[in-house]
Amino acid sequence: MSLTQIRQGSLVLVDAARVQSRGALYVAQARIRQMMKWIWLILGIAIANPILYLISVGIGLGGLIDQSVGPAGVDGVKYLTFLAPALLAQAAIQGTMDETVFPTIEGFKWHKTFYSMNATPLSGVQISYGVFLTALFRAFYTVVLYFGVMWAFGALESPRAWLAIPTAVFAGASFGALMQALAARLEDENIFFVVLGRFVMMPLFMFSGTFFPLTSMPFFLQWIGWISPLWHATELGRHLTYGHAISPTMIWVHFLFLGIMLVLGLFFSARIFTKRLAK
Amino acid sequence: MFIPMAVAIADARAGKRGERVYSGRVPQLLERGFIAFKSSTYMIVISGFLEPVLYLLSFGYGIGKLLPTIAVGGESIKYAAFIAPALLATSAMNGAIYDSTMNVFFKLNHDRIYHGMLATSMGPLDVALGEIGWALLRGFSYACAFMAVIAPLGLVESVWGLLAIPAAVLIAFGFAACGMAITSYMKSFQQLEIINMLLLPMFLFSGSFYPISVFPQWLQFTVNLMPLTHAINLVRGLCLGNLELALLGHALYFVVMIIIGLFFTTKRLNALFMK
Amino acid sequence: MSNPLISARGLTKKFGDFTAVNGIDFDVFKGESFGFLGPNGAGKSTAMRIIGATSQRTSGTISILGKDPELHGPQIRAHLGVVPQQDNLDMQLSVAENLYIYGRYFGLPRKFVKGKVDELLAFAQLEEKRDAKVETLSGGMKRRLTIARALVSEPEILMLDEPTTGLDPQARHILWDRLFRLKEQGVTLLITTHFMDEAEQLCDRLIVMDKGTIMAEGSPASLIKDYATKEVLELRFGSDRNQEMGAKLRTMCDRIEELPDRVLMYTDDGEALLEKIYAADFHPKTSLVRRSSLEDVFLRLTGRTLIE
Ligand SMILES: Nc1ncnc2c1ncn2[C@@H]1O[C@H](COP(=O)(O)OP(=O)(O)OP(=O)(O)O)[C@@H](O)[C@H]1O
Ligand SMILES: [Mg+2]
Repeated sequence: MSLTQIRQGSLVLVDAARVQSRGALYVAQARIRQMMKWIWLILGIAIANPILYLISVGIGLGGLIDQSVGPAGVDGVKYLTFLAPALLAQAAIQGTMDETVFPTIEGFKWHKTFYSMNATPLSGVQISYGVFLTALFRAFYTVVLYFGVMWAFGALESPRAWLAIPTAVFAGASFGALMQALAARLEDENIFFVVLGRFVMMPLFMFSGTFFPLTSMPFFLQWIGWISPLWHATELGRHLTYGHAISPTMIWVHFLFLGIMLVLGLFFSARIFTKRLAK
Repeated sequence: MFIPMAVAIADARAGKRGERVYSGRVPQLLERGFIAFKSSTYMIVISGFLEPVLYLLSFGYGIGKLLPTIAVGGESIKYAAFIAPALLATSAMNGAIYDSTMNVFFKLNHDRIYHGMLATSMGPLDVALGEIGWALLRGFSYACAFMAVIAPLGLVESVWGLLAIPAAVLIAFGFAACGMAITSYMKSFQQLEIINMLLLPMFLFSGSFYPISVFPQWLQFTVNLMPLTHAINLVRGLCLGNLELALLGHALYFVVMIIIGLFFTTKRLNALFMK
Repeated sequence: MSNPLISARGLTKKFGDFTAVNGIDFDVFKGESFGFLGPNGAGKSTAMRIIGATSQRTSGTISILGKDPELHGPQIRAHLGVVPQQDNLDMQLSVAENLYIYGRYFGLPRKFVKGKVDELLAFAQLEEKRDAKVETLSGGMKRRLTIARALVSEPEILMLDEPTTGLDPQARHILWDRLFRLKEQGVTLLITTHFMDEAEQLCDRLIVMDKGTIMAEGSPASLIKDYATKEVLELRFGSDRNQEMGAKLRTMCDRIEELPDRVLMYTDDGEALLEKIYAADFHPKTSLVRRSSLEDVFLRLTGRTLIE
């Protein structure tokens, strides 16, 4: 007690820093409260989605593929085991995207809530991080649920498979941050949703080595995978869940790619938020 | 006495069937569709065509390497040739559902475009049929475009495959009519989301990517009740040239959908448009 | 007088349990300009939509050109030009395309409509915005476009729901002038408004509505004559004293209204009354003598001001 009082002069600064770090948490708190209204729906979809995909594609199609490829397997394992980590990463990416893009457009355009938040001591940077943290939270529980379903389906082979949870969330974070920055710049969202859905999300989902090894695509289409956070996270996830072989250099490359994307995304998103709120 | 042209045109329809709700203006509504298409929505329309092509490229090529052929009725066919008809049927469904649900709901409650239309001498049935007509036109063009992609790739095994185009229009009609009827009962956007949520399981389980014979009996039975299954079977049968009587059954399924959908749409027209 | 063009008896519209229009009767005759005056929620727009054959009444009868809108919606609407309260322009189309397609909705031939579009663009002074997307127009421009759009079918009955909201004073007067000319050509006008001056300028006859019922009917002049005195003296004593002073002044005139911000005294000679008040040693902060308006009629009928 006495200590704080003695150092009161310098505490002003320390306190300000604290408030600033909390500001983002306040925003996240408010957003999570919003999310709780729909939580059962979100959780329902978060569980139903992997189950449907794993049964339909993993087991249904997988059964035929396993017969066709014989004992060599797909990348040495059952098709279900091969597919699952990719869907895990996809779930994280979809989760963060939903939770960054819509709230950002809503905050700036539909309900303009960010402007009223900004009228309080909250800064643009804090609002941007707050939204991002919420998305991270959603990605996290979505992925954990998905992971549980994977386990129940027997799609995990390695004891350190659980490490695929953080890598998937990492990929979600990287992509989400970038999308948040993009959404914050947006003036006309109608076309954006179409472009995002059909020209970005779809191709990423289809061509990131999700349903088959990326190398089986013709070379001129493989680049989509290289720039796709989904592919990088899937490679890591496969390595962790069943020991898919990748060189240590490539492990670094995957992390580095996702890391750079995350930093750039957060940087631009904070900047664009601040600028647009000041306009 | 001077009679304005608009009045003369409307009076000429007096005594015709359905004059209360219909004025024969579907062509005018399609004209609007074209004008709007030219200026703004073409991205959306073109992207709708892209979706099945991407699936075909990804699954046909990628999965095709893992699973080169698939056995249908004792015959083994290329994997890409197996999924291509399913993708055609699915895109017909997706386009029609979007046009008749989200699109209608948005124009009704957000843009209020229909309020403007219905202040003219058109009737609500004109608007409903206009939207459905546009959905069919779109379905038709998608089907033609997709055919133009898959036929040269050798993925259509029979000339009967040409009939897949009218089949796709029939499928789009069925989904559009029912979609419109369902929209008339919807109160909020969230409720519409439910329709979209049902589309995914339907897509995943109706035999797009492999024959449903791999499923246990009960699941096969359930899947066989779903419209998309019949759509896929119809288009696939035509593309592969497997002309069986069952194809008529699948087509009949959609004829019934159209009748039921239009019945409820007309019944709910006033609830939908004339609050 | 000839048969009415529009005739309503006991017209009622309910939304669930709520009655928006409660058994109103009125007649509109050919070539006249008929107004609905009333505060927010009075039921003006609801009544207009029923006349426009785009909303079904709950009970009562209405005939438009001798027809029932329930049975002959499209044929009735062919005679109408409708300007709704809320613009519902087609956001996906340009200004000219909006006019064009609207004409087409009436079944009019392409060539005819194309000529009409040029004429109406000039009418709305939107020639320069011809190819602009509707989204990019200002509020007032949108309003003008909506009004122009209603004329594309050369309607005999023009229905305007608060036509001048959002227009600047100049555009407002230009619109009034245009409406006068249409009236001279024999077009029947139905207008709803909150604006006294608009109602006084434009309407031959009007009904005053509140809470779904008709409070009074007549020409602006006769309504003023029946429900107000010739002149009004407005006094301000400062917001806390108006009430108190009103009570003291009550005996000095026919009728008095105490509003939060001022006291209104109804009399046939405002100046004389003011002199009497000064003589009685009352000292208002400001005073104003003016002629009675529909605002005063409304206040008398409902105890409320029209624009709150
Ligand atoms: N579609 C609807 N559903 C439910 N209630 C409605 C609907 N339309 C109007 N109302 C209600 O009916 C009443 C009358 O509305 P209306 O729009 O006719 O008023 P108005 O006189 O035009 O008012 P304003 O001056 O604000 O335009 C209002 O209380 C309104 O809330
Ligand atoms: Mg109104």
